[in-house]
Amino acid sequence: MDQTALDLARFQFAFTISAHIIFPAFSIGLASYLAVLEALWLKTGDGLYLRVFNYWLRIFAVVFGMGVVSGIVMSYQIGTNWSVFSDKAGPVIGPLMGYEVLTAFFLEAGFLGVMLFGLNKVGPRLHFLATLMVAGGTLLSAFWILSVNSWMHTPAGFATNDQGQYVPVDWWAVIFNPSFPYRLVHMVLAAYLTTAFVVGAVGAFHLLRDKASRPALLMFSMALWMAACVTPLQIAAGDLHGLNTLQHQPMKIAAMEGHYETQAGAPLHLFGWPDNAAEKVHGAISIPKLGSWILAHDANATIKGLKEWPKADWPNTPLVFWSFRIMVGIGFAMLGIGLWSLWARFRGGLAQAHWLQRASVVMGPAGFGAVLAGWITTEAGRQPYTVYGLLRTADSVAPIAVEAVTASLTAFVIVYFAVFGAGTFYILRMMAAPPTAESTGAETDKPLRAAGTTPGPAQAEPTSTRRT
Amino acid sequence: MPLDLAFVWAILIAFAVLAYVVLDGFDLGIGILFPTLDDRQSRDQAMNSVAPVWDGNETWLVLGGGGLLAVFPLAFAIILPALYAPVTAMLIGLILRGVAFEFRWRTERGKFLWDWAFFGGSLIAAISQGLMLGALVQGIKVEGRAYGGGWWDWLTPFSLMTAAALVIGYALLGAGWLILKTEGDLQRHARALARPLAWALIAAIGIVSLWTPFLDPRFMDRWLSWPALFYVAPVPLLTLAAAVRLLLSIRDGHEREPFLATLALFVLCYVGLGISLYPHIVPPTITIWDAAAPDKSLSLLLYGAVVLIPLILAYTAYSYWVFRGKVDPHGGYH
Ligand code: HDD
Ligand code: HEM
Ligand code: HEM
Repeated sequence: MDQTALDLARFQFAFTISAHIIFPAFSIGLASYLAVLEALWLKTGDGLYLRVFNYWLRIFAVVFGMGVVSGIVMSYQIGTNWSVFSDKAGPVIGPLMGYEVLTAFFLEAGFLGVMLFGLNKVGPRLHFLATLMVAGGTLLSAFWILSVNSWMHTPAGFATNDQGQYVPVDWWAVIFNPSFPYRLVHMVLAAYLTTAFVVGAVGAFHLLRDKASRPALLMFSMALWMAACVTPLQIAAGDLHGLNTLQHQPMKIAAMEGHYETQAGAPLHLFGWPDNAAEKVHGAISIPKLGSWILAHDANATIKGLKEWPKADWPNTPLVFWSFRIMVGIGFAMLGIGLWSLWARFRGGLAQAHWLQRASVVMGPAGFGAVLAGWITTEAGRQPYTVYGLLRTADSVAPIAVEAVTASLTAFVIVYFAVFGAGTFYILRMMAAPPTAESTGAETDKPLRAAGTTPGPAQAEPTSTRRT
Repeated sequence: MPLDLAFVWAILIAFAVLAYVVLDGFDLGIGILFPTLDDRQSRDQAMNSVAPVWDGNETWLVLGGGGLLAVFPLAFAIILPALYAPVTAMLIGLILRGVAFEFRWRTERGKFLWDWAFFGGSLIAAISQGLMLGALVQGIKVEGRAYGGGWWDWLTPFSLMTAAALVIGYALLGAGWLILKTEGDLQRHARALARPLAWALIAAIGIVSLWTPFLDPRFMDRWLSWPALFYVAPVPLLTLAAAVRLLLSIRDGHEREPFLATLALFVLCYVGLGISLYPHIVPPTITIWDAAAPDKSLSLLLYGAVVLIPLILAYTAYSYWVFRGKVDPHGGYH
């Protein structure tokens, strides 16, 4: 295999998956948020919830569309660029991805039409069911694809046949492989936090312009409850995830921590620049013994360093080290916002907390940063393997020519920047429009008008949400 | 014919691909016909007639691909690198037309751009799929467990012909769908398009059908030796009947039949294709049994498929039923 083609294929994979994960991270959270809003609307009959629902529904539609098209690229790219991996791992991971299609993608796609276009056709209750199906579909999708991905990190429940394929022996062990529960919890919470910070930023942005905006306050308040409650859970989940990784992929932890030497009472390097060639961390700012304490919950425990493994197998340590710090840093910044919001509520309400609002606007995109940084840590830390300890990345790649990958990579880069750039611009523009009946404009009046004519809680909807 | 897991799965994958072709076929067809709709209202209407269902339609493609990886991993690993360029082009086409559904409502100034993306993306996807079909029928060179040919093998006169045929076929499905779902000017327009498209499709089917047996002596055997001829004869005969119905129904101004007759043509051609290729999944060397994953993989997914595919068909039908009837010119949540 040609080294250049391999590098290009890796770059193409990293580029397309990084673009893809941005959309699911947002659509998983947003779908659940929409379900909550619609449930509140049905329960209380307060048109405010419906207004916020419609505001985010249009944004959801755009995000979801981009998630779908970028996802289809992923599933075919595994074959075009990673055919040896597909051949060998297909019998194990294929059925899981098949279940993802059957249980998740069809569910989302089947009910998306009703969710977007159907309120006036099926009435609020069936419409709510459709919203729940879409939200459930996104979660099921996360379940299966993360099971696949986790199996690649901590393979279990398989044997190898004479064609060199991995074949399933125990499906339960395959699906619930050792790192899967941790990764699933961590990723779903990540999606919820990502969404919470976006919703919070949009709410804050509009509150800063119009203190009296009820929809903006609703968004802001709901988002900050999420931030306050879920961030601590996410930090706990991340810690457990790290302990699990220490058990199954200790070399990755050594890279994340920047430990080259095996040592008792290992320090925690806060910052520094790991250098694989020199086998040390330059300019490290460290806290003695804290590394051992965090990883083993014992300040004098012995932690393995990278030198335990052949140097040729080391991952890109600075990348893993820094992406991990970025994620954790963002996690603590999110915690800070959450705590600040509790204080602000206690001190007289979020509507007055202008500095908190400003900070929330700045933190709007933080979740995307943490998600990308987290995935880079995980994936780059798995190198040089695609299936950890079994199948090397260099042995996974398809017999592709440099020209072919170069052409496809170029095409993807151009199309992704143009298309997803435009999509991001439209989303930002929709977010910049205030969440009032006036500005969401002609777009929302149809479902609203129709909802008003259907029996049930919609009747209670105040006329102010309707445009005349 | 042995009734084992690999065979059952071959049928299921074939079904998924067929479902994709006919369902996404009419969406893509509408995209292909888009430039012929010159006023804005008919464009909005044409697009809204498929907007609630296109994503579900496209999901059959993901099932076809994902299913292939799960149950015939070797075929997946050979076919995709062999069709590298058309697969990549198809993905790009699907991106362009997929986002157009949302983007074109989000901008006034840029609307024309997304109209072009919708057209261009649909056309690129249709051409690529046609090329892939032709290249597969012609045969793929295999070395060991990998693709052994070059980067341009997929480009031949035959694959260009199948690409043209598929574009015409999709366009006709799209026209049939518009006749079914719209009224007034737009319906008249679709009818006017359907007539030449129907003739073109019938001609294309004729050419491809006569050409295929000459690609491989085995195809010739399948179709023209005795007694095989006796068993396969219904396929061309029914195709002929469907073609006649198609032409008559367009002439007589039926609303539903042009679409149904086109569907029938697609299904019959697909059956014909199956007859030519069986039992190979990567013609001419790899059979479905060579490529199949171990039974444990096949059975796990089969449990799910047996329960879930009927369920999927049921809620897909429900969603079509919700949006039944003529498309509302003022509908949509946009
Ligand atoms: C943690 C969540 C997650 C992760 C890690 C991935 N995806 Fe994804 N994917 C989703 C969560 C998701 C989703 C939320 O379920 C999407 C977003 C929008 C949608 O339709 O579903 C989706 C869409 C989506 C689609 C389109 C489905 C459709 O047509 O409706 C495909 C084919 C894939 N993905 C495939 C992949 C592959 C091959 C991945 C990895 C290599 C991958 N996804 C990573
Ligand atoms: C969605 C979140 C994901 C992100 C952001 C992500 C990111 C990455 C990155 C950055 C690399 C490159 C690592 C390097 O070259 O050092 C990579 C490699 C890889 N990942 Fe993931 N990954 C994700 C999920 C998955 C999943 C779910 C699969 C399984 C289907 C997967 C399969 C692979 C494979 C096959 C490679 C090999 C290519 C390579 O090593 O460069 N990844 N991924
Ligand atoms: C500060 C607390 C956090 C800690 C201690 C933590 C810990 C970890 C660890 C150890 C991993 C690597 C797993 C592996 O070794 O494979 C990881 C991955 C990841 N993190 Fe975090 N994390 C934190 C906060 C966050 C936040 C706030 C987000 C997003 C909003 C996030 C998103 C992710 C994602 C998407 C991954 C990759 C998927 C996975 O392997 O779970 N993390 N995290």
